[in-house]
Amino acid sequence: MIKSNIKLLVLSFLLLISLRPLQSAEMVDPIKVDWSFKGLTGTFDRASLQRGFQVYKEVCASCHSMQYLSYRNLGEPGGPEFSEQEVKAIAASFEIEDGPDSQGEMFTRPGKPSDKFKSPYPNVQAATAANGGAYPPDMSVLVKARKGGANYIYSVLVGYEDPPPGVTLDDGVYYNKYMVGNKIKMPNNLMDGLVEYADGTESTVDQMAKDVTTFLAWAAEPELEERHRTGVKVIIYLALLTTLVYLSMKKIWSRVDTEV
Amino acid sequence: MSEQEYVPKSKVGKWFNDRLPLLTLGAHLTDYPTPKNLNYWWTFGGILTFCLITQIVTGIVLAMHYVAHADLAFASVEHIMRDVNYGWLIRYIHSNGASMFFLAVYIHIFRSLFYGSYKSPREVIWIIGLMIYLLMMAAAFMGYVLPWGQMSFWGATVITNLFSAIPLVGDSITTWLWGAYSVDNPTLNRFFSLHYLIPFLILGLVVLHIWALHVPGNNNPVGIDIKKPSKDTVPFHPYITIKDAFALLVFMIIFAGFVFFTPNVLGHSDNYIPANPLVTPAHIVPEWYLLPFYAILRSVPDKLGGVILMFSAIFILFVLPWLDTSKVRSAVFRPIYRQFFWILVIDVLMLGYVGAMPAEGIYLVLARVGTIYYFLHFIVVMPVVGYLEKTDPIPMSISEPVLTGGAEPSLARKVNDKV
Repeated sequence: MIKSNIKLLVLSFLLLISLRPLQSAEMVDPIKVDWSFKGLTGTFDRASLQRGFQVYKEVCASCHSMQYLSYRNLGEPGGPEFSEQEVKAIAASFEIEDGPDSQGEMFTRPGKPSDKFKSPYPNVQAATAANGGAYPPDMSVLVKARKGGANYIYSVLVGYEDPPPGVTLDDGVYYNKYMVGNKIKMPNNLMDGLVEYADGTESTVDQMAKDVTTFLAWAAEPELEERHRTGVKVIIYLALLTTLVYLSMKKIWSRVDTEV
Repeated sequence: MSEQEYVPKSKVGKWFNDRLPLLTLGAHLTDYPTPKNLNYWWTFGGILTFCLITQIVTGIVLAMHYVAHADLAFASVEHIMRDVNYGWLIRYIHSNGASMFFLAVYIHIFRSLFYGSYKSPREVIWIIGLMIYLLMMAAAFMGYVLPWGQMSFWGATVITNLFSAIPLVGDSITTWLWGAYSVDNPTLNRFFSLHYLIPFLILGLVVLHIWALHVPGNNNPVGIDIKKPSKDTVPFHPYITIKDAFALLVFMIIFAGFVFFTPNVLGHSDNYIPANPLVTPAHIVPEWYLLPFYAILRSVPDKLGGVILMFSAIFILFVLPWLDTSKVRSAVFRPIYRQFFWILVIDVLMLGYVGAMPAEGIYLVLARVGTIYYFLHFIVVMPVVGYLEKTDPIPMSISEPVLTGGAEPSLARKVNDKV
């Protein structure tokens, strides 16, 4: 009786779920990429993270801030893992405003690993004004802030197309197959050979889009590798403990005539 | 209660116990006679206690690093995620812990509905439980506001605006709740304060909930009164403690699965966008555990009507013990009511689903049908079915065969296998 009820329950739930496509027909599903960081034991591709940082630095960073990251993060385990020297050099390549000094004056100095990533604009309003009224979002947690996550970011980067007939675009607006609403104010910034990868990888649009998305996925979840590793250990531990407790329970309950 | 008076063995123990009978209380809790046929649906009380403690402990640590200010809250959460040692773990346990808490409480409530645990003499346990549930919803809602993301801000705006539907004083009340003329820094501040307070109120109510439970003792799957202690009961320790521990561990494995492998799947991606009063998200949705009520709210074309109906959906549960006219507690022996119980389960799941969808077209129709059934179930089905239904024969005790048709092997035992 109860079993058939549960069947009914499951069936009606499946029916409900199958109604979903009715609603979101106008949005194109993002491209599914087989990211190395997916799955229970996923980790980031170190080389891809380093290349991705290069794309961010040379292309994205002129408009997009990453204010919650520090240069030291680039050398931490689970990330791009640049060497200490490289991190110092990267940080020092930025002029950071500091102060006030003992005279009350602000001054600039070369960046240190403990500094936060330097933002391209002093504030949101300045960023918005400089980009035709569209604020280029901070990219620290962008992958977590978009439905579809890394797949969506990657899809938008490679999703620029000529608008279909009948769609007119204002100046400074571009057509993108995967962007919600299909209209985007960010131009297509990636073109083949745009950056020269230090490791000699060919910088196709697809490669750069994958690398920078990997970098952004790490930036949003720098704890991902440790989280996955700890998770596996925790679950193994809990499974063993559960087994032991189950056996103890069986033993204890064998004293009474009721099954557990 | 029929337990023997506990006398501490040591002199010091006796001296202390005469002044504050903590040892007597401890003995009562370990010896507490519990029906031996409790199934795994009964383990959620212990699981819920674990959830509450987990939320309080992780919450206290988070509060050491969190900054309740509109300009700093979002950044402080990122600080917790990136710079605090194991901050990501603590925060993910806390945020997923809220969902696990509600998952457990819904199972706990529906278990009570199925086995008639809310009926005499356990009405007060039920009512205290509902008060806990109400406070849980308030705590969860305010907690969701704290990261000050887009869903935090707009969720707070939608929910607090509900109070403006009250005639005459609505707008004044809303402004008073906000501490400003819109959801703003003062709102965030007071929500943080209340979010920290409420769990301790819940803790107090949990003590009362358990106290009230220990007066009549546990209901059980057969739903009959039993002699305590007797061969129908087992002492709470070690029998129930070990069983609760086993169930809790299984629960923790699922919990850990969420925390370590899909920590954001139950949240909304928009909440990683900092709150922006000038940009309204396309769909404002509450967390999943509030969706059925959100569906009821939106199913009514009139704002005040929706608000009244939504609150009624919760408050009707308070009078449930008096709406149910059946003398039989457990739905195991109620062939008609049992069917309606499952329809209610489906109905609530459906309301939850349409609550997440835009309030238009088929979803609006489903929401209205679901809302109507929800109320019909409690106002019409429960009193009428309880009155008309011919219930199955009920066993005299957990261990003994049914009252009528003694040839039948112990039905209680069969019941136990089934559920």
